[in-house]
Amino acid sequence: MATSTVHRPARTREPVSAAARRRAKSPYPHWFYLPAAVVYGVLFIVPTVTSFYFSLTRWSIFDSKFIGFDNYVLFFREPALVSGLVHTLIYAVVTSGLKVVLGLLLAVLLTSQIVARGYLRSVVFFPVLVSTIGVGLTFTVLMNPERGLINQSLAVLGIDGPGWLTDPSYALLSVALVDVWKGVGLATLIYIAGIVSIPQEYFEAARVDGAGAWDSFRRIILPLARSATVTVVILSLIGGLRSFDLIWAMTRGGPGFTSDVIASVIYKQYQAGFYGLSTAGNVVLFAVVTAIVLPLSRFLNRREVEL
Amino acid sequence: MTRKNHLLSAVAIGLSVVVFVVPFAFIVLTAVKDQQQASLLDFSWPAHFQPVRNFIDVVEARDYMLIIAFINSTILTAASVAVLVVLSAMVAFVLQRRRTRWTGLINFMVLAGLIIPPAVVPTIWVLQKLGLFRTMPGLIMIEVAFGLSFCVLLFRAFISTIPRELDEAAIIDGAGPLRLFFRVILPLLRSVIVTVVVVQSVFVFNDFTNPLYFLPGDENATVQLTLYNFSSQFTTQYNLLFMNILLITIPPLIMFLFFNRRIVAGMTAGAIKG
Repeated sequence: MATSTVHRPARTREPVSAAARRRAKSPYPHWFYLPAAVVYGVLFIVPTVTSFYFSLTRWSIFDSKFIGFDNYVLFFREPALVSGLVHTLIYAVVTSGLKVVLGLLLAVLLTSQIVARGYLRSVVFFPVLVSTIGVGLTFTVLMNPERGLINQSLAVLGIDGPGWLTDPSYALLSVALVDVWKGVGLATLIYIAGIVSIPQEYFEAARVDGAGAWDSFRRIILPLARSATVTVVILSLIGGLRSFDLIWAMTRGGPGFTSDVIASVIYKQYQAGFYGLSTAGNVVLFAVVTAIVLPLSRFLNRREVEL
Repeated sequence: MTRKNHLLSAVAIGLSVVVFVVPFAFIVLTAVKDQQQASLLDFSWPAHFQPVRNFIDVVEARDYMLIIAFINSTILTAASVAVLVVLSAMVAFVLQRRRTRWTGLINFMVLAGLIIPPAVVPTIWVLQKLGLFRTMPGLIMIEVAFGLSFCVLLFRAFISTIPRELDEAAIIDGAGPLRLFFRVILPLLRSVIVTVVVVQSVFVFNDFTNPLYFLPGDENATVQLTLYNFSSQFTTQYNLLFMNILLITIPPLIMFLFFNRRIVAGMTAGAIKG
């Protein structure tokens, strides 16, 4: 009732068309979506949709020629490009796995009764905010095989450190480790939020029943921090699959193609002027991300409801 | 019990120093060394302490490129974050308050924006058709388009805590949609706006990929691109390279020191909703 009286003055200003009157009625008009929808539609939806077509063309920026699935055939036949796909999966699984494990351990540590908790939380989280390029360049220097701080320190301990970024079998994993170093703070933060929201009475009740620290971790924290785990897994998988800047700053996909991922392949093909092939890489990346993230998030969230 | 905690604390602090503090100390130390000592790449106290000279050298390099880059990055960050705040708050407001047949579609779009990797070359194609490729406004709009989803989620979560009675009171007082939103709702969002501004500024300021693709060229370089180009050009001048890294670490550091709580709140809220 109140709303009908309110809108009478507004209505007089409108043209008398019935549709316009109905639209003017809501205090939450649809056109509030419009500015965002225009920007988002033009710069995100249109490129995403057209990418499916352009990936089927031989394309310079001026004209495109339809060539069917040739780009995809090339993509999956060229060993350097296929290995990019494999590396992407390895990189995403390694980084998100380590972020889950280390993030959970750090969060348990940082919610327990220890000295300098504030300092520790800050120092773990700060790398999240630092420039990825800066971190990449710094660790490239620290991982220098002969003079780098890491191998020099290992030498003091009598260990002969590997060529972290120069040895083909370590390059991808070394970059993944730096990614974990930079990103574990966010995982920790999400876990801390999850653990803090667990009612304190559960821990007290468990203690009364004679549960030790391990029991309350295993029986209380682990199941109740589940939604945090889901978030960390999904977020770091999305981030890991799309990862580009850190790899580009540290190895540029090298040595050889041993640390190339799809995102760096896309950039290399773009630089080389193979726009169609580059876009096919984009579509492959899109397919990989949705094929992994959507079922996984559905699965993890359903399990949660059942609990 | 208490002794065990102290032991654990000591181990944790020791490890944190080795893993997290040493790399930053390394950046600072190398940034103030002279060229010769910096090229040793070791972790040592500077023999010749010359922060001012390195600072001046790095700023003057390539015709004051770093200054131009800082100006560009500041413009990019300020403009895109300002547009983002207004646009995403408007979307979140209507999305949270009104349930129509559009709601499902828009929720889907928001999630799609978080998950789908942007298609690079088609985006360049669209920008070129619009005459926005290689322009600052083009890149600003790109940052807005890619940042919308995250901000809408943050705003929507916060708006759901504002009672609808407030809207109704304003409407009874004769406020139209625009006045309701800009005069009543937006001021109430102040705390979440601070969060969005801080988190999103750090994102945009640190963004490397989008400027690399959509705004190439020296005259438009942002700080991240400049740093990347420095790394290939000054392979022998590690002191200047690390001075550059140090300089672009300072803005996030300032944000962190002043807005630690806000950043933490924004990152966890946005993350858990997503």
